[in-house]
Amino acid sequence: MATTKGFIGNTRKVTAHLTQNEPLSFEKSSPGKRAYKLAPLDVPEVDAVSLLGGAVRKDDPTLPELSEIEIIRHFTRLSTWNYAIDLGMYPLGSCTMKYNPRVNEFVSRLEGIAEAHPYQPESLSQGSLEIVKLLQDCLIEITGMDAITLQPAAGAHGEFTGILLARAYHESKGNPRKTVIIPDSAHGTNPATAATCGYQVVNLKSNAKGGVDVAALAQMVNEGTAAMMLTNPSTIGVFENEIHRIADVLHDKGALLYMDGANMNALVGKTRPGDFGVDVMHLNLHKTFSTPHGGGGPGSGPVACKTTLEPFLPTPVLARDGDGLLHWNYNRPQSVGRVRMLYGNFGMFVRALAYTLANGPDGLRQTTEDAVLNANYFRKKLEDLYELPYDTPSMHEVVFSDKRQAKNGVKTGDIAKRLIDYGFHPYTTSFPLIVPGALMIEPTESESREELDLFVDAMRQIAREAEENPQLVATAPHSTRISRLDETTAARKPVLRWQGPPENGVELDTAAKEW
Amino acid sequence: MRYLPKSDAERAAMLREIGVSTIDDLFAIIPEEYRLKRDLNVPRQMGESEIIEYFKAAAAKNANGYASFLGAGAYRHYRPVIIDSLVQRGEFLTSYTPYQAEITQGTLQAIFEFQTMICELTGMDIANASMYDGSTGAAEAVMMAVRVTGRDNVLVARTAHPEYREVMHTYAQFWERDGGHDAKEVAYGQDGRVDLAALEQAVTEETACVLVQSPNFFGVIEDIPAIAEIAHKKGALLIVSIAEAVSLGIVRPPAEADIVSMEAQSFGVALSYGGPYCGVIAAKEKYLRQMPGRLVGETKDTEGRRGFVLTLSTREQHIRREKATSNICTNQALVALMVTIFMTVYGKQGIRELALQNLAKAKYAADTLGDSSRVGGKVLFTETPRFHEFVLQTDEDPEQLNARLIEKKIIGGLDLRKWYPELGNATLWCATELTTKEQIDAAATVLAQAPVAAASR
Repeated sequence: MATTKGFIGNTRKVTAHLTQNEPLSFEKSSPGKRAYKLAPLDVPEVDAVSLLGGAVRKDDPTLPELSEIEIIRHFTRLSTWNYAIDLGMYPLGSCTMKYNPRVNEFVSRLEGIAEAHPYQPESLSQGSLEIVKLLQDCLIEITGMDAITLQPAAGAHGEFTGILLARAYHESKGNPRKTVIIPDSAHGTNPATAATCGYQVVNLKSNAKGGVDVAALAQMVNEGTAAMMLTNPSTIGVFENEIHRIADVLHDKGALLYMDGANMNALVGKTRPGDFGVDVMHLNLHKTFSTPHGGGGPGSGPVACKTTLEPFLPTPVLARDGDGLLHWNYNRPQSVGRVRMLYGNFGMFVRALAYTLANGPDGLRQTTEDAVLNANYFRKKLEDLYELPYDTPSMHEVVFSDKRQAKNGVKTGDIAKRLIDYGFHPYTTSFPLIVPGALMIEPTESESREELDLFVDAMRQIAREAEENPQLVATAPHSTRISRLDETTAARKPVLRWQGPPENGVELDTAAKEW
Repeated sequence: MRYLPKSDAERAAMLREIGVSTIDDLFAIIPEEYRLKRDLNVPRQMGESEIIEYFKAAAAKNANGYASFLGAGAYRHYRPVIIDSLVQRGEFLTSYTPYQAEITQGTLQAIFEFQTMICELTGMDIANASMYDGSTGAAEAVMMAVRVTGRDNVLVARTAHPEYREVMHTYAQFWERDGGHDAKEVAYGQDGRVDLAALEQAVTEETACVLVQSPNFFGVIEDIPAIAEIAHKKGALLIVSIAEAVSLGIVRPPAEADIVSMEAQSFGVALSYGGPYCGVIAAKEKYLRQMPGRLVGETKDTEGRRGFVLTLSTREQHIRREKATSNICTNQALVALMVTIFMTVYGKQGIRELALQNLAKAKYAADTLGDSSRVGGKVLFTETPRFHEFVLQTDEDPEQLNARLIEKKIIGGLDLRKWYPELGNATLWCATELTTKEQIDAAATVLAQAPVAAASR
């Protein structure tokens, strides 16, 4: 702990305990150890050199050689260095870190599901196809759209697919158009996606309430506008209550409204994008539908659209035959093509469907209500200490700024790091870009009142520390295995792989060149 | 609802503290006309036992108890039990992208190990933290080559996975529309490999890259050194796509490539009807700036202790927005962890032993099913080295053949007519370490019993 004097909060949620040290698996390796045993070969042995000739591999790769118990300990020890939803609240705004139900994991591992080969005959894949069909039907109903593809592998991939649909739609009318309008509050994937699809990005400045400036939008939209990419609720957690006017302004010029569904957890069962004018949108099954983040993936980013865009969906699309059997239809002359091999991250479909079935219509609605309740509870309990840049009503997340704490040199990133000492994962920092020093907090529905109160208590104590002991906050965290890392050197002299043991006690110069 | 940790009394108390009377007050900003005033039309809330029954019933409608010779980019290998034990630890399963390095060193160190292992296997200098899968990885590798070279003409081997080619085509579409070039395909020769003469003709000073798959879609190993020479002579990059990671245990890594795009599903990842799998891009170090996706780097903390961080993020969308190298954000981290554990389990010796078993099984399968005197099948491209897949040509129509096999609870080779009609009645067969001699012999027996009418056609 820093030796600075002044108020030091009581981190009552956590107690420091020992964690095991663990080197890289390569550093633990010793020749001759093994953790596998193949079944004996029941066919004649072969000579690789005579079969492969010059294509045979001569040098073995440097992979670790370890026994099973060492591998179990290696990864178990590493796991204990991670924070996780299973340990406590993960208030990352826009990330929707909700509980990942274990029955989802169980059913996705049932043999007939986990071992299903994607090219199995359709007659022997009806179970998988029924799962796809029911999930599609549920997602169409939840979004209020007309058609869907589950092929995209993640949110950004869904955006890519959705904008390709918009492009194909405009092309079918003779002109792909040139620009995509994106509010300055948008997630970085939005502009990156538009650029990937060959569109110029036009930035729309948010209005004084952090929402879409409809008058400015009306000025901006013209016959060159392909679409607007809108996150609703926005990244400051506010529902665009002029959404119908936004849609009208776009539609009047033949442009489409794309909705980034990252914040769908605020809407499920309460309102439907298809009803308020959205033409195409993506969902994140790894946010709203509880599939695990897994340290960064896998995700799944289904794209739902209106009938007008249905002909352009990626191939194949699911169809039911006259005999009641499901099959993949590849005969889609207007399709944008494939965005991924096979049918998408099927294992995530299983989990998302299990989540939907566990909830039912009442559970889905209650989930949304609890998510919004929790965010508003935080807002109420913290707004006296943290600056609220926009006083518009919050939905599933609340965005504060570090304006008051910054006076003492304490930034949002510092408060976030200090939260770690209190036993919480940080909220999202410095985003959205329209709020300088943003604290973006999304508790999700998965938190009990006790956990919420502990967070409130932590945030209030940190606010006091920022007043009375700012250095303590500015140098946090103080309780982790490692302190803040030198990110500058990491980027300037990248070391992206293990290079072997140092020779003659001298460390190899692994940084070949300056970045 | 059992996932929601609140009683109605607690909800009411919280509403009071917020200062509203009903939950709908918090939704008042949604215009009245758009509020949903009915239940969603989805199945009713189910108990856990009902959910399991639903999925068990679905699983029962899939193939159960069949021997399978399917591969074609999705491979059935043994998955050591500890992979699932470890990845189901909540600290891995329910952790977020490791932006907060102080409390995600576990994920970060595992990714650093992954990156190292991929470099070791592929012979490349750098590897990223994963891509969605092999097909999108290939498309991203092509876009990377276009950025590196400033050229926009792309050549793709027709022996690359047809669905990979479709994905690359989708990604490349906007170039074509902007007056650039689409990916052109390069034919294969009698030996089932890229036609080197045709390739030499096709590569020009405008070619950004040549993409080949090896082992290719027919299971044949491409002549990487020769292809590299042709590409490099004109300043084009060589991208090698690897759909079967296990091959790297025994097949020479494509060291001459500039970029390797790999699908690592074979390393401990369930088939799961097509995903999630694990793509990854590896490359020569000089192309680091154009690498898409997340990278983990080693550094030190304020007290000099080793630690790992996500680094070089100035390439990425959350910093560079429309100027990013890719729009990718979420990747396949947990699947990459499965792959890492698999590689740790098999290790230096095991990967080779495993690959050798695959080679042996496929050799026996090809010899047995292609024994024309007895079985009536003919293996194509026999003069070229193969890994564990082969193309079998039969007199019998593949659909009919596979229907007869299914009666014996065998799923035969993949019908290739849709993609390669020029090969006639061709099917793509795969044998792995899990394929037994008994299964191969049983399939051969079915093949040998082809109806005379079909056989004499």
